[in-house]
Amino acid sequence: MSKQGSNKASAAIQASLKKRYARERRFQWYGRMAVLIGFVFLFILLADIVSKGLPAFTQQYIRVSVNLDPAMTGLQPGASQEQIYGADYLGAIKSSLREMFPEASSRNDKKALYRLLSIGAEYTLRDKVLEDPGLIGHTTEIWLRAHAEAGSYLKGQVSADTPESDRKVKDQQMAWLDQLRAQGRTESRFNTTFFTQGDSREPEMAGIKVALYGSFFTLLVTFAIAFPIGVSAAVYLEEFAPRNRLTDLIEININNLAAVPSIVFGLLGLAVFINFFELPRSAPVVGGIVLSLMTLPTIIITSRAAIQAVSPSIRQAALGVGASKLQTVVHHVLPVAMPGILTGSIIGMAQALGESAPLLMIGMVAFIMDPPAGITDPATVLPVQIYLWADSPERGFTEKTSAAIMVLMGFLILMNGLAVYLRRHFERK
Amino acid sequence: METTTVFLVLVLLTVISFFMGRKRSHAVVSGRGGARALHSLPKHYGYMAALWALLPSVLVLVLWLVFEHGILAHLVVSQLPSSVGQMSASEQGLYFNQIVSFASGGTDASQLDPAQVIAADHYRALVASSRTVKALLVFLVALLGAALALRRIRPNLRARNHVEGILKWILFACSFLAVLTTLGIVLSVLFEAIRFFHAISITDFLFGLEWSPQMAIRADQVAASGSFGFVPLLVGTLLISAVAMVIAVPVGLMSAIYLSEYASRGFRSVTKPVLEILAGVPTVVYGFFAALTVAPFIRSLGETLGLHVASESALAAGLVMGIMIIPFVMSLSDDIINAVPDTLREASLGMGATMNETIRKVLLPAALPGIVGGILLAVSRAIGETMIVVMAAGLSAKLTINPLEAVTTITVQIVTLLVGDQEFDNPKTLAAFALGLVLFFVTLMLNVIALYVVRKYREQYE
Repeated sequence: MSKQGSNKASAAIQASLKKRYARERRFQWYGRMAVLIGFVFLFILLADIVSKGLPAFTQQYIRVSVNLDPAMTGLQPGASQEQIYGADYLGAIKSSLREMFPEASSRNDKKALYRLLSIGAEYTLRDKVLEDPGLIGHTTEIWLRAHAEAGSYLKGQVSADTPESDRKVKDQQMAWLDQLRAQGRTESRFNTTFFTQGDSREPEMAGIKVALYGSFFTLLVTFAIAFPIGVSAAVYLEEFAPRNRLTDLIEININNLAAVPSIVFGLLGLAVFINFFELPRSAPVVGGIVLSLMTLPTIIITSRAAIQAVSPSIRQAALGVGASKLQTVVHHVLPVAMPGILTGSIIGMAQALGESAPLLMIGMVAFIMDPPAGITDPATVLPVQIYLWADSPERGFTEKTSAAIMVLMGFLILMNGLAVYLRRHFERK
Repeated sequence: METTTVFLVLVLLTVISFFMGRKRSHAVVSGRGGARALHSLPKHYGYMAALWALLPSVLVLVLWLVFEHGILAHLVVSQLPSSVGQMSASEQGLYFNQIVSFASGGTDASQLDPAQVIAADHYRALVASSRTVKALLVFLVALLGAALALRRIRPNLRARNHVEGILKWILFACSFLAVLTTLGIVLSVLFEAIRFFHAISITDFLFGLEWSPQMAIRADQVAASGSFGFVPLLVGTLLISAVAMVIAVPVGLMSAIYLSEYASRGFRSVTKPVLEILAGVPTVVYGFFAALTVAPFIRSLGETLGLHVASESALAAGLVMGIMIIPFVMSLSDDIINAVPDTLREASLGMGATMNETIRKVLLPAALPGIVGGILLAVSRAIGETMIVVMAAGLSAKLTINPLEAVTTITVQIVTLLVGDQEFDNPKTLAAFALGLVLFFVTLMLNVIALYVVRKYREQYE
């Protein structure tokens, strides 16, 4: 009977095994799916941004022959620097456009025609004349920046199939642009403007220079404050702090600050540094202080881990030959822990570079065209510039936003790569 | 003198004090066997002199900078005609700002009344003398400090211990900054929030069902009277966080289980860092992705299914926030699952359980408290997340739990209330600080509970 019973049981087990193995396989597939979903999200995110942002690195130019006739610009050969500066180049450009396309006669047609070129075209021409005053009175061929909308047609982003009312580039403009292209009067170049200009209302003239400068100055302040203070705090807590209530309080505070939402640091900056201490708004110095308070916990926690990892034998050896506690730490423990501390600091800096919410609070959202000269000049930073451009509905700005994101991500990858390199390089020794 | 110049001179003075201190230490033992007769190395006497020169004078400089503006303003205002004293506080502030901007060459005299022009001259004179006095005072303190230190140098002075004592206090001050930061956050937010609660009663704020902070700033403006009910914001925040958790928890947890229990070492070492890239992407990038790619996609998807989806739906913001939190949940769960002792695993497998039975019936129940703690941390992060919702969630506070509609969150309202015009005496801007207070305390509670649970859990297996 017992044999029969155990046979029965083993039959039941055999029968259930198939089910259990199937469940096991299913479970493994759930796991693979979860990892895959993460990969797919990452891929879509990156692909979306790169595909949107790549076209922003090229800028379309249109070659126009401009007649710098004295009758048109009011400039005589031998004009002074000041006269050249104040002359009417827009008129000259407009008249040469009309000459090229005489069929544009109505007011609206002319307006559409002028919109082929960037609003900044007249300044390009002015700069060229300033450089070479000999051009005055002659007809000259010059490459001028295309308007963002015309440029996007030339890049092939606008399809003629969409109804005319749904696109910014009208049929007439498309015909003109096709004609220009057939004559070899259009050209696509690397977009240097994007790196050499500040913000602008026109997508084709907007650049990230101010944001890059602002991010640099802000990070400089952040590092100058957060690194020394963070390392000192870590040294104190690891090497000197007595075990008492006060030390516990400090540790609890550091752990909690690491999880406080970044926007709350922005409120602190607004209430304390801007309203109470009356530091300048929109300035990298305030941004840097706020971000350093935000990154301090990260730096302290990673530095403590690095100091903890230093072998006690090094400490004991130094103390044994008569070094004081502080000498032991400064001369022996810190140099060994430095790669780990630097890794943590770089990660903290990368976090600060990508942060924007607290900076919105302290007014780093201004429209700024000129790069800051120091830490007290108004500036904006790369992530905030991205936020500002993301609000603009024009296609040109969507493109610029994605391109700025690519630059930002490039810096972040560089910083994290450096951190990983440091860790690997010094781990081997 | 400009503050930077003062500071640079101060640094120079400090360096000089160092060399003087070192020289003096050599001098006091010149006839008595040289440096060996000193208690400490000569450089320690130098450090001592330098610290005595630097620290008190920097303190004076900082205090001066903090209080300079307030005192100058007080001095100028006290000289103004009595009519100014009867103005309201904000008018007085404007009046004074005009004086300051005129004094620094900002505006021209035609816009000011004569009293302001006189006051501007007064202000300019005060600023000039303040600068001189500041520089002189700072240098005097530095020289005095250095002189005191130099006078104290004797062969038996324990300079090293002295210097190390001071440095230890500086190290302590650095770590105490964390406490000061928390205190600063609490006080600055609390102070403004209390001013807000003077205008709006606290029960109206906590239990009000309507949020529309548009208020008339001037008396002649036509606007709603403004209602500050916090409930729609809370519901909106929780709705978006819930959507995020629905995405992040299963994906993050399953990835962690797969990577720690099934995956080969090679697969794991490639996969983990790649997925952690998601954690390093700046939130503004996620916001852009949510607003320009995910939201239109969900909207058109809803339209093909015949559903009405708002263009700023909670679903889009929550989905993208979930993607952002995946690596966070993953690495926390990974830590916690790895902390379960191998003996439990081996016992279960030895009894003939399959791996997935072991995970579901042994590992997960054992790790549950830790995982819950991790999820609470993730929720607190979702509640405090700002840029994604600012860019992808709506502005109108609708009390709904339908994720296809547009809702607004606490952080969105803080940003919209504070970016732009800033008058610190109307409830509209102060409301942002009340929201900040709530946000701070909600996330603080979640973090404290979560950290407590996680620590308890770790102790259980140590």
